Amino acid sequence: MQRKEANKMLKTFRLGGVHPHDHKISRNESIRVFDVPATVTIPLGQHIGAPATATVQKGDKVRVGDVIGTATGFVSANIHSSVSGTVTAVEAALDGANLRKPAVTIAVEGDEWNPEIDRTDTLVKECTLEPKEIIARIAAAGIVGLGGATFPTQVKLSVPPGKTAEILIINGVECEPYLTADYRLMMERGEELLVGCEILMRALGVEECAIGIENNKLEAIKHLKGILAGGSYHKGIRVVPLKMRYPQGGEKQLIAAITRREVPSGALPIDVGAVVQNVGTTYAVYQAVQKRRPIVDRVVTVTGKGLGRPSNLLVRIGTPIHLLIEACGGMPEDTGKVINGGPMMGRAMANIEAPVTKGTSGVLLMSTGESMRGREMPCIQCAKCVEACPMGLEPYLISKLSRLGIYDRLERERTADCIECGCCAFTCPSNLPLLDYIRLGKAETLKIIRARQVK
Amino acid sequence: MNETLIYTIAILVGLGLIAAVVLYFVAQKFKVYEDPRIDQTEAMLPGANCGGCGFPGCRGMAEALVKQDDISALYCPVGGAATMQSVAEFLGKAVAEKEPMVAVVRCGGSFCNRPRTNTFNGARSCAVEASLYGGETGCTFGCLGNGDCTRVCNFDAIHMNPETGLPEVDEERCTACGACVKACPKHIIELRKKGLKGRRVYVNCVNQDKGAVTRKACTVGCIGCGKCVKTCPFEAITLENNLAYIDPAKCRLCRKCVAVCPTGAIVAVNFPTPVPAATGSTPATPAAQQETTVAAATQKTKNATEGGEQNA
Repeated sequence: MQRKEANKMLKTFRLGGVHPHDHKISRNESIRVFDVPATVTIPLGQHIGAPATATVQKGDKVRVGDVIGTATGFVSANIHSSVSGTVTAVEAALDGANLRKPAVTIAVEGDEWNPEIDRTDTLVKECTLEPKEIIARIAAAGIVGLGGATFPTQVKLSVPPGKTAEILIINGVECEPYLTADYRLMMERGEELLVGCEILMRALGVEECAIGIENNKLEAIKHLKGILAGGSYHKGIRVVPLKMRYPQGGEKQLIAAITRREVPSGALPIDVGAVVQNVGTTYAVYQAVQKRRPIVDRVVTVTGKGLGRPSNLLVRIGTPIHLLIEACGGMPEDTGKVINGGPMMGRAMANIEAPVTKGTSGVLLMSTGESMRGREMPCIQCAKCVEACPMGLEPYLISKLSRLGIYDRLERERTADCIECGCCAFTCPSNLPLLDYIRLGKAETLKIIRARQVK
Repeated sequence: MNETLIYTIAILVGLGLIAAVVLYFVAQKFKVYEDPRIDQTEAMLPGANCGGCGFPGCRGMAEALVKQDDISALYCPVGGAATMQSVAEFLGKAVAEKEPMVAVVRCGGSFCNRPRTNTFNGARSCAVEASLYGGETGCTFGCLGNGDCTRVCNFDAIHMNPETGLPEVDEERCTACGACVKACPKHIIELRKKGLKGRRVYVNCVNQDKGAVTRKACTVGCIGCGKCVKTCPFEAITLENNLAYIDPAKCRLCRKCVAVCPTGAIVAVNFPTPVPAATGSTPATPAAQQETTVAAATQKTKNATEGGEQNA
């Protein structure tokens, strides 16, 4: 009862949202280092934006941390080798969606690291670099948003002229059910995370930093508050416990929850003076700036109710996903879907031999009964989806318009604002595939907007 | 009779008369002249309002036909050459002779030819499925089988065959308006020349994967071996991105390519006789033969009146 009272007082976003059961069954499993596989397939497009350009050829020898692909243009990211060995192919390889995308395949030989990388565990607190140097190191390390959106971090940190950042928000919400990768990182790498916060604050020139954590992760809140109470970190950093509500981890929702500022339609978080970074990204920033370590691995939650041993694994990028499942007790017989990501926004995989990428926050195995969609029935105009939409849209209408191909009206309905959180489809009592069609309409709307901008 | 009733009738009649007079003068004053030929031309068009000509309905097409001096670029796919000819005669303009076309589904990946590797659990729409992933089979180029093409057809000319999971075009009803071509997210459907008596030879596949990959995914896929390119005496076949394409303008329907294709990806339809065996090459595959016999059986019912000039 007391907790319920406390819950009422906590901050959250204003509009919409749903409350799925959190199912964080792997929360108490410490991060295990997963063995380096025999071969890795590293896709060149692991981020939003243009895929990287390969800089290696078949037969080249590479070490861990060597650049194998350089960023193509501004919104792109470097790709590094996650293993040492010989490049066996630079060609299209199947991804989780069964599509062929350019990738570099490397046969592993030993584990030799690029000597520039500091592999020790000692905490390096001091950072006296200029903001520009920090951003350059982040760009060199190929860091992207590790929460799943994989937007290149250096682009987010480059504040456009005329705009100023006022607050850095660290996203430790992890509102997706099942996933615990960020939670484990906060518990086990708390100090490094806070150094990462300081570096990001320095890069942005802000004096305020809020770490948003939902209150189903009480230990993490306590742990980080405890470290901050020691007083050895920047005084502007604070932990903000948040009420549990999906999709609080969405950038705009998190900004609204913490600062009460609303990002206008079509605008970016920087327009309200906020920059949001995920805890995984912040930890990667620490490693890139203080240890010169690019993204070669990441924490992946491998979970599912039927799985023998749900775990949080530290996996090299490019490791085939089926190896992770085997290491966690093998695939249960009644598995209906293997989902890359969480159950709300993750995508069912058509090919589990696909590699772990920078954006793989979790691998979720769901049974057939649990994962299959219900029979589609007519819309009963109950408007539950309208209530649930955190962006204040009308999902039933957008879905219908997009199904009928009335694309010009979609723009007026602000379809481009959709964050694809899936609350509408989650809450629909008629099991309508609302998000499927909204996504289609959003793509068309963005095409129309882009075509107009070109003119 | 009641007095009220009389007054009512008188007032209403009076109002009606006044309105009629006003409306008469207004109509005279604001009269818009419209070429009467537009109405007459519209009556000559099929009235399907399908948009296949590129105009919003037959009225739009009729206006364009009347107003444009040069109408050779305009074409009504539904009415075909006959309609265009009569419209041109009526308007005293010249039209270019166009061959009748038909929509061709270039995928042979039926349930038995192309094994399913996973099940799609989302909305039953090809556009949605294509935006999410590669599809239910190992072939990421082929038909997704959700029937987006059948839903956009205004002429009830394309249907899903539940046995093969592929759409089938009813050649008699197809007007080549191109709605299905636009609707297909995989760009499988192509408008091809209908051909004399509906005879056509085409590559029934759009897979651009390498041969080994295609072979694994589908038994009747084009593996890009190039045998057909070498065999064709008319240089009608080109090979690009591991996929052969037969240029309908150059093809003379000799069917030598059909005989040499190792996977049966090239099909010949509506021919009365089986494929002649090419000398020194493998005989035609069962798939190709079956296609020809089925086509031969239905050939009698085919509409051969719109023959047009065969390019041969």
